[in-house]
Formats: sequence, C-alpha cells, structure tokens
Amino acid sequence: MTDTRYLAPQTLDEAVSAFAAAQGAARILAGGTDLLVQMRAGIARPGLIVDIKKIGEMNRITENADGSFTIGAAVSAAALADHPRFGKVWPGVLEAVNLIGSKQVQGRASPGGNLCNGSPAGDSVPAMVAAGAVVTVQGPNGRRQMPVEAFPAGPGKTNLAPGEILVSFTLPARPAGSGDAYLRMIPRTEMDIAVVGCGVSLTMKDGVCTAARVGLGAVAPTVMLVEDAAKALIGSRLEPAAIEAAAAACRAACRPINDKRGTIAYRTKVAGVLLKRTVAIAAERASRS
Amino acid sequence: MSKMHVSTTINGEPMEFLCDAHDSMLDALRGPLGLTGAKEGCGTGDCGACSITVDGRLVCACLMLAVESEGKSLGTIEGMSQGGELHPLQRKFLEMAALQCGICTPGVLIAAKSLLEKNPNPTETEVRFGLAGNLCRCTGYDKIVRAVLETAAEMRGAA
Repeated sequence: MTDTRYLAPQTLDEAVSAFAAAQGAARILAGGTDLLVQMRAGIARPGLIVDIKKIGEMNRITENADGSFTIGAAVSAAALADHPRFGKVWPGVLEAVNLIGSKQVQGRASPGGNLCNGSPAGDSVPAMVAAGAVVTVQGPNGRRQMPVEAFPAGPGKTNLAPGEILVSFTLPARPAGSGDAYLRMIPRTEMDIAVVGCGVSLTMKDGVCTAARVGLGAVAPTVMLVEDAAKALIGSRLEPAAIEAAAAACRAACRPINDKRGTIAYRTKVAGVLLKRTVAIAAERASRS
Repeated sequence: MSKMHVSTTINGEPMEFLCDAHDSMLDALRGPLGLTGAKEGCGTGDCGACSITVDGRLVCACLMLAVESEGKSLGTIEGMSQGGELHPLQRKFLEMAALQCGICTPGVLIAAKSLLEKNPNPTETEVRFGLAGNLCRCTGYDKIVRAVLETAAEMRGAA
C-alpha cells in the first residue's frame, strides 16, 4: 500500500480528470469514515486517493433563492447540523444524518458518502428519498442529474458510471404545511446499523394530505421509494385506514434478508410500524410549518 | 514513493512532519509527532480513544489521513491543561474517580470538552448521547457522566 498517492484538487474538473484517469484504481475521500476502515482492513487498496474537501461546490450548503437547498457531497453531518436553516426546513433529513455514527464520526462523515457507500441500511438515504432529493453527478462526459432513489444499485453498488463523482444533493423548496421525519429501528439506543429505516415527507392543506413520499431502508437490496405507500396517504386526512393502507404498502414492498439484526418477518412487520410512527411525526411537523 | 511533507498546527503550535499518503492522523500523532495521548483502541472509529479536534470539530484521528491535517488546527489531550493547570474536566475526573485503566480517558476528555463548548448545560441524556462514541470497559460510564455534569455545573458557576 506504500504506492498510494494523495491528491486534494481545488476544482471539480481536476478531480474528475484525475479520478477518471486512474481507471478504477482511485477512491474518493470525503469524510473517510468508510474508506479508511476499508483501507485498514485491506479491502480497499487505492492507488490514488482524491480528497474532494477542498472543492468549494462539494463543501457548501446553499439555500437557493427558490427555497431549495443544495448540499455538497463532502459536507459533513456536523456541518449540516450547524447550519442555521437546514434543520428547520428539513428536520427529518437532519435527524437521519445525525443518526450516522457517533459525534466523532459525524465530524467527518457526509450524507454524500453515506449514499455512495451503497449500504441498504444507510440512515440518511431513506430520508433523502422521502425529501425528493435529486443528485448531481459529474464525470468525463459532463454532468447529469437523477433522483436519489435511482442512485443505489445494490448492496455496495451505485449507478455512477465509471469516472463519475457525486457532486451534490438538491432538496426541493418546501410548500407551507410540509413536514418530514425519519425513524430507524435498532436493538440499541445509539450507534448501530438500522434493522429498518423509514423516511416520510408530507404536505398537508386544510387537513388533507396533498403530497407524500416514503423511503424505506434496510428491507431490500437498496433503499427504495415506496410509491404505493405515498398513494395511500395522498388525498386522505391521515385517518387510521389510510395510514394502515400505507403501512401495508410498506410491508408489501419489503424484500429483506435474515441476519443477526433481524429476521425477514421481523423487518417486514417493523416496516409497517415505523411507517405509522414516522407519518405521525411528519404530520405533527407539517401542522407547525 | 517519497514521504509527504505536512505543515499543521497542534494545540496552537505550528508543527511539521513527514508521512505516507495512507498514514492515519493517529499514526502521525503517535509516531513522528510523539504525541501519544490519543490512543488506538479499535482503529475503525468505534471506540473514540483517539478523539481529537480538527478546526474545532470532534473527530477520530484513526479515520483521518495525516496529510489532511495540512493547514488545519488540531487539538489533542496534550493541549488540554493550560500552564500546568488541569482543565476543570481533568480535575473533576480525578476528584470523582471517573477513570480506572485510563486508556479511554484522553478521548473521553476531548469529547466531553467539545460537548460542553457546544452545550454548557447538558442533561444526563445529552451527556450520554454526546459520549456514545467513547467506549469505556472499566467505569460503567456512570462516574464519567456524573463528572461531566458536575464539571458543567462548576464551569457555569464560574462563568
């Protein structure tokens, strides 16, 4: 591993050319909370490490004029928590991001890395899916955008083309009466990997749900958007029957694995329970926004 | 491959060292820099024994590359006492026996200091969550939590 090179470019173009030129031998370094562990374990032996934290666009949180937010791929969880406005507009996304590891890990770990790591159980991803985040990626052939739910391709795999780098997330403007929330089930109180994670974003008008998105994590090979759950909520007054229908849609969407953290039956049941609890929190926040 | 030259600031003092690209900050602290207060417990960011601050942000030194410290300002346990005077947290940890073997203590102190700087009046729950990234196999945490709460009360009284 002595032949590892380190590069900290100031521009995205420079990062993209170096990353693409290395033809798969390079790894992107943002917070490094996954990469350094993999290097230490010998799982990753990058010939080149491209540190993206000196690139302005990658490190910035911007509240745009239209009310949307753009979050650079290298922005740490701690920096996002410190932002004076982000957590007020997207409390659910922030609470999901703040569940990733300890305070020490949050000092470095980024939602961008959480997404690129491709874990089905990444905490920030279901909340970003619920938020309707769109990601911008850049590669040798230029820039493109995709909905965040289209980014993961399987455990540890993404739909980034060779040489492409995640640049930023854009979260849409929030209409009045909107709220989001994220809950995860873990066997401990802190510092564990989700058995199920559920993100919900709602918009309410005169007591009726006019928009909803539901993201589920840790119950399928990728984090996913559960459109049937959203359909059950939209148009309803969030009455018990509508919420039960949304919970049933979540259970139906589950394709989980059995492992030491939870069985297929348990994860499936909990997906429905979490949907109900998360909707309740999101609705309460919507009523105050 | 030749070593990389890094200029950084540690506990307010400019420092320079040489490292390989893949060396962790913890490797550099405990090696060329001779600052062995930060401990290696797990090396994977789970135990917090290597906690330091980087530009005021709490991080695990084992999860950061040494070269990333170029131009940054780092805080380690070696900088916690000032002019031979223990920090109130250090003093309270001794008074209240909030340590046993001591391996986790530098990391716990750095994390507790960072916590109190952000939140001078934490609840017990906030202390427990704030220190969840620092593992201790001796104390059962209770003495640590009580010492942090006592220190916070004392520091608020003094301010």
